[in-house]
Amino acid sequence: MTATTPPTEPVEDWTTDYDIFDADYVTDPTPIWKDLRSGCPMARTDRRGIRSWLPTKYDDVQALAKIVPELSSKDPLVVTLPTDMGIDNSSGLSAPPISADPPEQVWTRRMILPAFAPRAVESHRQFTQDLCNRLIDGFIDSGECDGAVDYAQQIPPRVIAHMLGFDPEKADDFTTWVRGALELGLFDPVIRVKYRDIIQTFLIDEVRSRWENPRDDYLSELLALDVPEMKGREVQVVVGIANLLLIAGIDTTWSSIGSALFHMGTHPEDRRRLAADDTLFPTALEEMLRFYSPVTMARMAQEDVPFGDIVIKSGEKVLMNFPGANHDEDAFEDADKVLIDRTRNRHIAFGSGIHRCAGSNLARLEMDVALRTWFARIPEFEVSDPGGVTWAGGQVRGPRRLPVSF
Amino acid sequence: MKIRIDAEKCQGHNRCFALAPELVDVDDYGAAFVLNDGIVPDDLADKAQLIIDNCPEFAIEEVAE
Repeated sequence: MTATTPPTEPVEDWTTDYDIFDADYVTDPTPIWKDLRSGCPMARTDRRGIRSWLPTKYDDVQALAKIVPELSSKDPLVVTLPTDMGIDNSSGLSAPPISADPPEQVWTRRMILPAFAPRAVESHRQFTQDLCNRLIDGFIDSGECDGAVDYAQQIPPRVIAHMLGFDPEKADDFTTWVRGALELGLFDPVIRVKYRDIIQTFLIDEVRSRWENPRDDYLSELLALDVPEMKGREVQVVVGIANLLLIAGIDTTWSSIGSALFHMGTHPEDRRRLAADDTLFPTALEEMLRFYSPVTMARMAQEDVPFGDIVIKSGEKVLMNFPGANHDEDAFEDADKVLIDRTRNRHIAFGSGIHRCAGSNLARLEMDVALRTWFARIPEFEVSDPGGVTWAGGQVRGPRRLPVSF
Repeated sequence: MKIRIDAEKCQGHNRCFALAPELVDVDDYGAAFVLNDGIVPDDLADKAQLIIDNCPEFAIEEVAE
């Protein structure tokens, strides 16, 4: 397995110089977390221009997620844009509520939550299932595919385009843009800003046209909501929210689907067990989310925040290491083992506290449909070339190449 | 057995509703609330324990009847 991230300076000491873009961390971070947890559960680094802390204990991540607004979400990316570019950092990802603190976080979040409630997301099940079947139709006769590129990656952008009322033909563009903004652009500010601006321009056009001529679709509904705080700047607010809906639900969910296929394609016992007993899907899905949690977010201290033995100084970042927390032996029995029938699973793959992923029910629905549809038609499969699997990491971790045969 | 949900702690993960819709429901904003005043029929005691053990916010607890 290899990492898609560019080469980094070797890490000599993970406690004082950690790097979540290190190839070892990207391909398998679990032994690194384990070492840190036992000796230095709050690692730090001064790489990439800013001191940043990496908690690895479940209880610490839970506690840090609740220090609001002292640990601010206004710049939630794990790498901060350099200030010498003359770019306003605070707009690196203007996507409320994820990039906001209360009170803006509260009212923007309330605007979108109803569409992502458990019963509401069920309205996307049939579309998602038809989509998954069409994708499988495209490669099933060949006996092989790339589970990441041909399947997992194709699903979330089309579900989101469908939900937001965008041209379905734009789905591939969305994937390119989101990877540009969040994956490739994490290292390269020029790429990040380029794709951020492409997304903004597209969304401003889409939202403005609905402001002028409302349609029967979700963005028009958001524009029409009676929210006092939004009055007079509806287009600007809904562009920000649409930005979140577009970028937060694409590579995250695709990573989860891809990681689950990776696991089942490399662990034949789990695959056979799940194929033989579909009552295991709910616990298996939560276990995949726990073990392969894709998302790491960041907070930035707005003031000095004492935390245990350390002080997170104003201007420093803390990574919300949800993936690492979910491997803590003190919170999960046999934490480094996948147990697809694990019944006690208090994982925080979707975060914790007021920024709990607003789209978690839709993400779960997409994962559920993607895996059930795959297993119904392709119960026998394996990762055909483990050496050919590549992983993206950093903000969002998941397989980007996944050669599968069946 | 009787359970309660701490509305201050609940963040709308909806794990409880997925696991035990007989015991809890959620509103449009994802906030969970107990059904039947939180009283758990004997045959659902295991499910009640399950939702207590799976809440990422530690928001569900057993209370004295």
